[in-house]
Amino acid sequence: MPQVTLTVNGQTHSVEVEGRTLLVELLREKLRLTGTHVGCDTSQCGACVVHINGESVKSCTTLAVMCQGAQVTTIEGLAKPDGTLHPMQEAFREYHALQCGFCTPGMVMSAVDLVAKNPQGLSEQEIREGLEGNLCRCTGYHNIVKAIAAAQDVMHGRRETLAAAAE
Amino acid sequence: MYDFAYHKPSSVADAVKMLAADPDAKAISGGHTLLPALKHRLNRPTALVDLSGIAEMRGISRAGNAIRIGALTRHVEVETSAEVASAIPTLAYLAKHIGDTQVRNRGTIGGSVSNNDPAADYPAAVLGLGATLHTSKRRIAADEFFLGMFTTALEADEILVAVEFPIPEKAGYAKMRNPASRYVMTGAFVSKGPMGVRVAVNGAGPCVFRQSAMEAALSANWSPEAVAGIRQSADGLNSDIHGSAEYRAHLVTVMAKRAVAAAG
Repeated sequence: MPQVTLTVNGQTHSVEVEGRTLLVELLREKLRLTGTHVGCDTSQCGACVVHINGESVKSCTTLAVMCQGAQVTTIEGLAKPDGTLHPMQEAFREYHALQCGFCTPGMVMSAVDLVAKNPQGLSEQEIREGLEGNLCRCTGYHNIVKAIAAAQDVMHGRRETLAAAAE
Repeated sequence: MYDFAYHKPSSVADAVKMLAADPDAKAISGGHTLLPALKHRLNRPTALVDLSGIAEMRGISRAGNAIRIGALTRHVEVETSAEVASAIPTLAYLAKHIGDTQVRNRGTIGGSVSNNDPAADYPAAVLGLGATLHTSKRRIAADEFFLGMFTTALEADEILVAVEFPIPEKAGYAKMRNPASRYVMTGAFVSKGPMGVRVAVNGAGPCVFRQSAMEAALSANWSPEAVAGIRQSADGLNSDIHGSAEYRAHLVTVMAKRAVAAAG
């Protein structure tokens, strides 16, 4: 069986996989990182979004064996080791941007990539378009969009805290 | 998904050897079309030949009056390329509207063109600009490349290495997306330049095609009004739960008008 060596949330792993093993299967079943979800398994819903080398991808449509040498970040890798939440996670909590929470890991990972790639700032419309690859069946997106709008100000240093952003 | 062997060559020559040695092997790059197909067991390759390590298939460069895009170039790279934005902005626009962010971070131009999905975007640009396809063994003109639904002139052991787009004076692209799947229901790519006036239609039929009546009209008068009265026949167009052949035929005219307006 092929061996793949990759770094997940800063930790290097060497794992035996089948050719057909998906990245999300490696993360959930081999590494027990179950924060990354499988929703549709057809690359539409975005619950499985993780970062590979800093870019958001759907881990249900990525072969593990093709991630040799990759730097992977999952939802578990966003918060600081002391438990301090990433500004995007904090914003999702602050703005109540979830109900059942199933889509949330993918939403947060997509949102972090979207905001990081757009330091000039995003309008509400641009945030909605940027979330095209993520589906949420509970919230109607409204609070998710609000959370991302607030988090971008903190991520880009325009506001110090979310509380300030919320005012 | 059935299991398969995995190979990762580092040159086009090695990849071709691997594909030639095993007729049931398939090439993979971004995998955003192939992996969903394998999950549905629509295909059962014995081996996947991963092209992603082949440096000679990467990159965007301008050579004279053309832009050359390596087959492994991902949609996000075309979308954000300064070279593409200055030479063929419509191509950057097209790339930016493929799938979603995550698809564009993985999917490649070579995969899209080689697969020739009737609802894919890139075949419209390739045919609509009169591009040249550089393969592992020859050059193929766009007019000879797209043969039918999911069928191209590529042979089993032949790999698309790069696409060379002549830089047009003007080009425009417009599409009507299926509101659920976001795939192209019908699109039109129009251009005027070194390859003449071209109108390529995607999504409407089983394979991208040129609309010659519209090309003639636009050659005489480059304006949205020139194509507004031209009706596409519904014969042979796709008909499914999302739209009838007649609806798609109607969209051909609407999209062509919008594409010409976008081209300016």
